Amino acid sequence: MNFWSVLYDLCMGFGMTLKLFALTLIISIPLGLLFCFCSMSKFKPLSWLMKGIIWVIRGTPLLLQCVVVTFIPSVLLKIPNKDFAAMLNLDKMADLQFIFVLFAFSVNYACYFAVIFEGGIKNIPKGQLEAGKVLGMTKWQIFFHIILMQVVRKIMAPMSNEVITLVKDTALARALSISEIILVAYEKVNKYAVLSPLFYAGAFYLAFSGVLTLLIHFLEKKICYYEIT
Amino acid sequence: MENNNYLEVCGLCKSFGNVEVLKGVDFSLGRGEILTIIGSSGSGKTTLLRCLNFLELADGGSISVAGETLFDGEGIKAGKLKEVDLREKRLHFGLVFQSFNLFPQYTVLKNVMLAPKLLKKGSKLELEEKAKKLIDSVGLSDKLNAYPYQLSGGQQQRVSIARALALEPDILCFDEPTSALDPELTVEVLRVIKNLKNEGKTMVIVTHEMEFAKSVSDRVIYMRDGVIEAEGTPEEIFDNPENEYLQQFLNSGKAM
Repeated sequence: MNFWSVLYDLCMGFGMTLKLFALTLIISIPLGLLFCFCSMSKFKPLSWLMKGIIWVIRGTPLLLQCVVVTFIPSVLLKIPNKDFAAMLNLDKMADLQFIFVLFAFSVNYACYFAVIFEGGIKNIPKGQLEAGKVLGMTKWQIFFHIILMQVVRKIMAPMSNEVITLVKDTALARALSISEIILVAYEKVNKYAVLSPLFYAGAFYLAFSGVLTLLIHFLEKKICYYEIT
Repeated sequence: MENNNYLEVCGLCKSFGNVEVLKGVDFSLGRGEILTIIGSSGSGKTTLLRCLNFLELADGGSISVAGETLFDGEGIKAGKLKEVDLREKRLHFGLVFQSFNLFPQYTVLKNVMLAPKLLKKGSKLELEEKAKKLIDSVGLSDKLNAYPYQLSGGQQQRVSIARALALEPDILCFDEPTSALDPELTVEVLRVIKNLKNEGKTMVIVTHEMEFAKSVSDRVIYMRDGVIEAEGTPEEIFDNPENEYLQQFLNSGKAM
């Protein structure tokens, strides 16, 4: 076993892990905000539908959702995955698999985020909303200029938990043969009949979540410059 | 006529479910006058203020300021009030809350400037100049860049008065402005309100501070159970109360 070539392949795998991690976050945070608005909507059917979706997504394993997503084009749209890939201008099936995984991850995390956002928004004292109203602000001005930053402050802790969990959840993507770091490590384990690649993979996760923890800590300090009276 | 009926409220009613909180409230107020509303908790004082500020929509009756009808119960039933109209009507009134409700993430200056800036009431420089003047007038020019959590309750309440004044409302309302404050902090807030009286600001004040109500008001309303039980000058209300309930209310305060 050549240590350096294994390390190189693991780095490539971790690149895939990071790609899935970053894209999921970028998509699921705004999507979660949208889900949150739907769930809080005064239009009851929309609110119920959203709450139902959140119940299903949070109530079933992400692994299962990843698998189910791959059947959406063929079962619901009657388009074989191969043609579906062509429609999306993807030349490799692996790219389509990645899109499936990204879709499942984004929706899954958006549902968790929606619940956190909703809790955060409901936690803001009603007086803040009313103060904005009597000062003649619009709903959106009140949300963006008064409520939002207070919500961000309140949800820092649960959000950082979710973000750290997401780093490790990316390992589930190997179910759709995405060559993220754990899949790569397994290949090495099978090829060379040694366990060490799995430990190296663990070290990658540990180092990255360490960096994230520092980053979150820094962000928290930036955001929590004031106290809520 | 202009002077006596600057603010006119007629037959205002409001129910929450089966509970009738306001059962037809009528009163009027002249320009530059101060009206205080007294009464026990649950008598409808706060709901009345909230209806004036359109935080609650009354079920019936009318509200007009300087001859312009802002709220008309009949009209409301005919068509739903649009949010845009609502915002415009609200700006005739300012409201100072019992619990201040300052925006904790912004400095004193930004708290006062935020709404005028969002409503595009002038250039940033003008607005900043004006905000600083207002903050100075409530005696907090040394706290421009402080955050609300760094201020005492009395200081926070004074900032919130400056914030309400920044939009130049026709009528400034106070909802028990000193109920959340220690007695020594109460004084500084009441002093600010007295200064506003000298500047000729029209104000409606819900308060439990009887001495203050007596000294500052032009007219006093005693509310009980959703109706105005007694109304008059401070002398009539506090020195020669004729209404039986009012006598009881004032005596219960003294007994403590």
